[in-house]
Amino acid sequence: MTLPMLPYLLALLLLVVGLYAIVAKRNVIKIIVGLAILDYAVNLILVLVGYRTTPGAAPMAPILTGGMANEPALVAGAVDPLPQALVLTSIVISLSVTALLVALGLRLYEKYGTFDTERMRNLRG
Amino acid sequence: MQGMSLIVKNITRLVAGFIAIFGVYTVFYGHVSPGGGFAGGVILAGALVLIVLAFGEEFSRKVLPHGVAQTSDALGAMSFLLVALFGYMAGGFFVNFLPRGEPCTLFSAGTIPISNLAIGVKVGAGLFGAFLALALFRRQSDGHSRSPIAGRPNRGGPNGEES
Amino acid sequence: MDPVLILLLALFGFMLIGSIVAVETRDLLSSVICLGAVGFGTSVAFLLLGAPDLAITQVVVEVLVLVVLVRVVITRKDETQATSRSTLGVGSVMLVLGVLVAVMFWMLAGASGGRLKMRAFGEPLMSETVAAAASAPAGEPEMATTQTEPGSIGGAYLKHGLVGTAVSRGTGAANYVMGIVLDARGYDTLGEATVIFTAIIGAYAVLRRIGRQAHARDVADR
Repeated sequence: MTLPMLPYLLALLLLVVGLYAIVAKRNVIKIIVGLAILDYAVNLILVLVGYRTTPGAAPMAPILTGGMANEPALVAGAVDPLPQALVLTSIVISLSVTALLVALGLRLYEKYGTFDTERMRNLRG
Repeated sequence: MQGMSLIVKNITRLVAGFIAIFGVYTVFYGHVSPGGGFAGGVILAGALVLIVLAFGEEFSRKVLPHGVAQTSDALGAMSFLLVALFGYMAGGFFVNFLPRGEPCTLFSAGTIPISNLAIGVKVGAGLFGAFLALALFRRQSDGHSRSPIAGRPNRGGPNGEES
Repeated sequence: MDPVLILLLALFGFMLIGSIVAVETRDLLSSVICLGAVGFGTSVAFLLLGAPDLAITQVVVEVLVLVVLVRVVITRKDETQATSRSTLGVGSVMLVLGVLVAVMFWMLAGASGGRLKMRAFGEPLMSETVAAAASAPAGEPEMATTQTEPGSIGGAYLKHGLVGTAVSRGTGAANYVMGIVLDARGYDTLGEATVIFTAIIGAYAVLRRIGRQAHARDVADR
């Protein structure tokens, strides 16, 4: 395993931590935290795939500044814009889904008085 | 939910307008500099959330009612769909039918600024409405729950109760 | 050695530690604050990777997620005794996940050779070029350009997105990402607007006022 492949491995480990929280935790808030970590990890992996190195300087973002004269340099060295376009909508979708899950958690707490899913199974509303 | 202390209220009076202006700037210049409809809409929602948190529930019910948030959410989504349908004037669904202009200026890129505006309004109003519904929901002492969203239509109990 | 790579590895290490603390700690408020640390770390990672749109969006989204979660957690007491389910079930799930991740990474890192190999960090697919005849519209080979074309869709958007070619108008937007999101792939944005709308309406439907019918029924039964 070479050094340039290490960012992919660390982002995959972040994904596994989020997945573990969803599967193995009893508390509803912990499950929501795990889903949020999973969302961040997936967005990171998508943006990591499209990165292009600029030797010795900061990476060039795909935004044209200063008129059309800078366009050839941008086409030759900029970061891939397609994964960024996919991730941009994904970030706001993850916020909306988190809000929906928190609403469900609030209703569950109001009905059962606890956030613990094991005790929710035993009570009959 | 009460408001916060006097210092927080005064700072909010000074700052909330600037946050809203910055959100609108991010929406309008989305095709020239980083940002766009989504980021600008969320910033706008953040300014409204700040006002609700600082001044409390009673003030926000008068100035920023929940019905306005729901209506603006729906209107933003509909106008984004309308922009897509107007593309039929130039050949197909979602065709960019306005003139292009010079890149890196405000009036360029066809229908993209209009789409940015629709998306900004939709995301901002929707997320603010979701925050209001979550924050103003609580359980009263008689077992009912109070929320800013009306529930099932009232069929009237034996005492003719109203909501 | 690429300085961005070193900074990115340090940042990922910090985020991994933060996420493990967020998942394992017993206090709910600390868990939510560590989630905030992971989110802000993601925003800095987006900046390091050359995506300023995403960095702005991630920061403000993270602030709103923190506000909502802290508001839910801070006023409700919670008395869970232990926070994990049975050890055998959890252990077998983690073993299967670990094996899956190892196999996925081994295949993508090029051990099998050939088409599944992921490119090294820093050289994306769009750096390749293919011969120009492949890019002409079907049935008109004389319309092909004379130089080489990028080998992937992202590269084609970068090269022809602003001004366009003989067959399609460009987007005209200086921000290439916005041009893709709202013009070239506008249909996906329509789907995403629908998903956000549905999630928010779902939250409204869950948080409605209830109890009027039940209370009326109880009073009538007495």
